[in-house]
Amino acid sequence: MQWVFLLAACTSILAVSLICFFLFTNGYTALKEIGLQDFVLGMSWRPKNEIFGIFPMIIGSIYVTAGAILFGVPLGIFTAVYLARFCPLNLYKILKPAIDLLAGIPSIVYGFFGLMVIVPFIRDNLGGNGNSLLAASILLGIMILPTIISISESAILATDKTYYEGALALGASHERSVFFAVLPAAKSGILAAIILGVGRAIGETMAVIMIAGNQPIIPNSLLQGVRTMTANIVLEMGYAADLHRLALIATAVVLFVFILMINLSFSMIKRRIR
Amino acid sequence: MIKKNSHFDLLSFSLRLLTRSAIIITTMILLFIIGYIFINGISHMKPSLFAFEYNSINVSLFPAMINTITMTALALLVAAPFGISTAIYLVEYANKQNKLVDIIRLTTETLSGIPSIVYGLFGYLFFLTFIGWKYSILAGALTLAIMILPLIIRTTEEALIAIPIEYRQGSYGLGAGRLRTIFKIVLPSAISGILSGIILSIGRIVGETAALIFTAGTVAQIPSNLLSSGRTLAVHMYALYNEGLYVNESYATAVILLIVVIAINALSTFIAKRFKKG
Repeated sequence: MQWVFLLAACTSILAVSLICFFLFTNGYTALKEIGLQDFVLGMSWRPKNEIFGIFPMIIGSIYVTAGAILFGVPLGIFTAVYLARFCPLNLYKILKPAIDLLAGIPSIVYGFFGLMVIVPFIRDNLGGNGNSLLAASILLGIMILPTIISISESAILATDKTYYEGALALGASHERSVFFAVLPAAKSGILAAIILGVGRAIGETMAVIMIAGNQPIIPNSLLQGVRTMTANIVLEMGYAADLHRLALIATAVVLFVFILMINLSFSMIKRRIR
Repeated sequence: MIKKNSHFDLLSFSLRLLTRSAIIITTMILLFIIGYIFINGISHMKPSLFAFEYNSINVSLFPAMINTITMTALALLVAAPFGISTAIYLVEYANKQNKLVDIIRLTTETLSGIPSIVYGLFGYLFFLTFIGWKYSILAGALTLAIMILPLIIRTTEEALIAIPIEYRQGSYGLGAGRLRTIFKIVLPSAISGILSGIILSIGRIVGETAALIFTAGTVAQIPSNLLSSGRTLAVHMYALYNEGLYVNESYATAVILLIVVIAINALSTFIAKRFKKG
């Protein structure tokens, strides 16, 4: 019977191998035809002329992710600190499920909300047509909040009590002890939270498509549109054929490599914590 | 207010203010999103939205609801046995020094980090191009099954680890074998933890869009069999957005999705709480 369980346990190995195999073989065909350099560093994406350069999309993904981190991380960490060290128990019982709920809202609903609220707000108050890098950054910042909050919170809770008590004993106030003794002790865990947030932001698709404008050019300002790698795939996969289709799969391969690097750094940090 | 310290500490005060504002902003964002969708959506809930068949006049979301239920059941039917067995192997059987265990953990972690669009593309390449199915509920459900596998493995593992070793020792002491111990003692005690993990996976399936567009397709009807295309509620919402005509119906769909998500979260917390007490 042990073998049945063992066999089942190998499903994830099989799944990862299949995913890698199918993505990489298809991506390889595309890269061989387009050329790795022209594909990854190419500045223009014109499928009709068989020009497939995804550099603007790579930059787009990085910009959007950086924006999300800028909005989400400070808010997320301060919220986590509040939940871990400042929150009365009664309030915690209400707030914690609320944060979990934030994680449960489907990305398509986030995208729709962004389309109805954030985009018009930017259009009316800051100019441009609203579908922009800024809109995507704000929305993604909100979407990574629950990840940042829950992992930072457990990191803060996992710190040794002696840090906090030691700081108090030296005469520091509750706030100072939390921020200057406990937080530095939890910094690996918080870094892990940020990395996981980066992974979520860079992989997010539906919400970004609806509000980012999706022009395949590198934006010059926060108010211009931007296209991410994920958006590139969904927007064109429906009608793409031949090399165009392979180029989209190769886009997913580049995204996948980014994700693998993020995963690797995440597990390295987790190992360091242990 | 009476202060414990005689002098006023500006830094402490501002730090406290910052954490307070952060939690207030976070809560406000959540309330705003939910409130906004509900206020705008409830008024657009019309009986015609629940007509049995979709057409461009009633824009019914009823077929999408049925498809969502089918999709969820099918994906769970595949993922739950594999996920739970994996967790049983990792907790009850595996030797911690085993190299294979490391690989299983590494691949499970990798799976949980893969974005849903990559799953969608893989599902398309494997089930449609390689095996040769059409856009179908089955292709979508199998893709989702792989996607939720790491979540089920992790939550089940946590639930199994939380069962005290004495339960197992007691069972062995009474002469039960390992397998009987697992099925009669360990799994029943861990059932709430396992269930709350499964409920969380339901939430992920219901909310998923990117992995389904190129696997299950976007046909707005209830398919006659599992090898035909059908869209779930989330995909339905994306399709409405793409057509650009049906803002009111999108609001209504969003309301239903939110209600499902809120119910799922409440149920999962409720079950997990029972788990902690018991």
